[in-house]
Amino acid sequence: MTPTITLSHINKVYANGTIALQDLNLEIGASQFISLVGPSGCGKSTALRIIAGLGQMSSGQLEWGQGQTPKLAYVFQEAALMPWATVRDNVRLPLTLAKMPKREAMAAVEESIARVGLQGFEKSYPRELSGGMKMRVSIARALVTKPDVLLMDEPFAALDEMTRSRLNSDLLSLWNQLRWTVIFVTHNIYESVYLSQRVVVMADRPGRVVADVIIDEPYPRNEEFRTSIDYNHYCRDVSRHLAEASLKGADRDLPIATL
Amino acid sequence: MFWRQLTVLILGLQEFLRMGWLNPPTSINLFSNLSKVKRSGDQDKPRTLPNHPSLIKRTLSPNILAPAVVGVFAIAAWEIFVRVTNMPPYLLPGPILVFQTLISSWGELFPSLLVTLKVTLIAFIIAAISGLLISVLFAQSKWIERSFFPYAVILQTTPIVAIAPLIIMWLKNDTFLALIVCAWIVAFFPIVSNTTLGLNSVDHNLINLFHLYRASRWQTLIYLRLPSAMPYFLGGLKISGGLALIGAVVAEFVAGTGGSQSGLAYQILIASYNLQIPRMFAALFMITLTGVLVFVCLTWLSDFLLREWHESAIKREN
Repeated sequence: MTPTITLSHINKVYANGTIALQDLNLEIGASQFISLVGPSGCGKSTALRIIAGLGQMSSGQLEWGQGQTPKLAYVFQEAALMPWATVRDNVRLPLTLAKMPKREAMAAVEESIARVGLQGFEKSYPRELSGGMKMRVSIARALVTKPDVLLMDEPFAALDEMTRSRLNSDLLSLWNQLRWTVIFVTHNIYESVYLSQRVVVMADRPGRVVADVIIDEPYPRNEEFRTSIDYNHYCRDVSRHLAEASLKGADRDLPIATL
Repeated sequence: MFWRQLTVLILGLQEFLRMGWLNPPTSINLFSNLSKVKRSGDQDKPRTLPNHPSLIKRTLSPNILAPAVVGVFAIAAWEIFVRVTNMPPYLLPGPILVFQTLISSWGELFPSLLVTLKVTLIAFIIAAISGLLISVLFAQSKWIERSFFPYAVILQTTPIVAIAPLIIMWLKNDTFLALIVCAWIVAFFPIVSNTTLGLNSVDHNLINLFHLYRASRWQTLIYLRLPSAMPYFLGGLKISGGLALIGAVVAEFVAGTGGSQSGLAYQILIASYNLQIPRMFAALFMITLTGVLVFVCLTWLSDFLLREWHESAIKREN
């Protein structure tokens, strides 16, 4: 059972005085697919790291619905694979660290590798794989513990458009089967609208939430949705919020080129 | 005796070549690669398998041919120079004379080589193990590293020639041990310094990942830090191998031990006292060759261990 996540009044100030997050309030429902969208420096990754327990908040509260911390999995922007280990051993890592017996672990590893469509590459080393395949390994590694919550920090940002859209579709179909809660950080508006039930728009300096757009479209979403008028409306809506936020900040000391 | 040992050496080398050289991960890739195309995924790249060109082709590759040509020319020039200028052999012997001396004094020189080699190898193995353990200790806490690293540097920068007499004096009952200690002092630092750097150069995302999955300190060391440090450790070994030999030779020079336990340095020393310069050259040649062999073996070991994943040991395709 995936829990709800409640973030209340979270602030994060770095030692150099940068306000990374200012009064962040978010309530994330069970099995929700939510995206955090915003320019770089808006604190979206910081928020994700705080949720994962990889970063400390300066003040505020983070609450999990069922009282106990659920099983988390994290996918970084880089695949972050161990170059000396095969695909199989990379995927198995979380289970190795949890000291799961080998036979049980291997079954879970095979299942996870099959889910991301990498059968046949179990014995390959990361350097033999393309960027998209590395990211699939990274996702398989995240899935292997059967997590409740999947945290993704711009996972497909470094990939080309074709690979990205393919991975997006595959991620959605996995979510349809497994129904984790997904918090997906990205700076790509189209990607966020295509994937999520809800797009949270953030702005920088200080990092804050400026809009919360519900994408009220049924799943499974296919290529037709990507070309539909509704999809375009949602994208326009999200980018309008982003533009407004950056206009409000236009009096800041930014060079014109960045606007 | 010389020829018999030479035959054994050549046979051993052939064995070595068959195992390693014929399939070295870092030979230059002049020859076409067999490509095995796997099932296509997104942007799937074909996986290349190493090819096995013949030994003749390998020997004729520029990597081996070019330095060999230079060597032959240099030796020929040396011989011609000695003959043309009528240089007396006690000043500069020609290469042919050196080779003849090598054969004629093989009976005395070879046992000495074994002594030097024994000191070198024991010191090197101790240096590798102790170096690894010390750097693992350093990696456990910044405070330990901060407190002790400077002393490792001091030990390294103090000239071994200057402290060798002290060590030999302190361990005067056991010269062999003294020689090992001297060689160890020179050899252990590159390993400590390199491995410490390696243990601290771990991918940040992987550290985060281990943290997220609540890995223990021990697990992080075994599954993350040590494998990450492996290329650095092996790089340290390559430097240290040569240094252990130098340390052993220097210490022998200082100790000047004779008798059954005398190494090559002692042979050089005695030869120079007796103005047997060709013999000196012969011993020198043996030391140099040993150093090169140590380096080649360690390079091969490093390439073998890293062949699957590290950039240093991977063939490039273009």
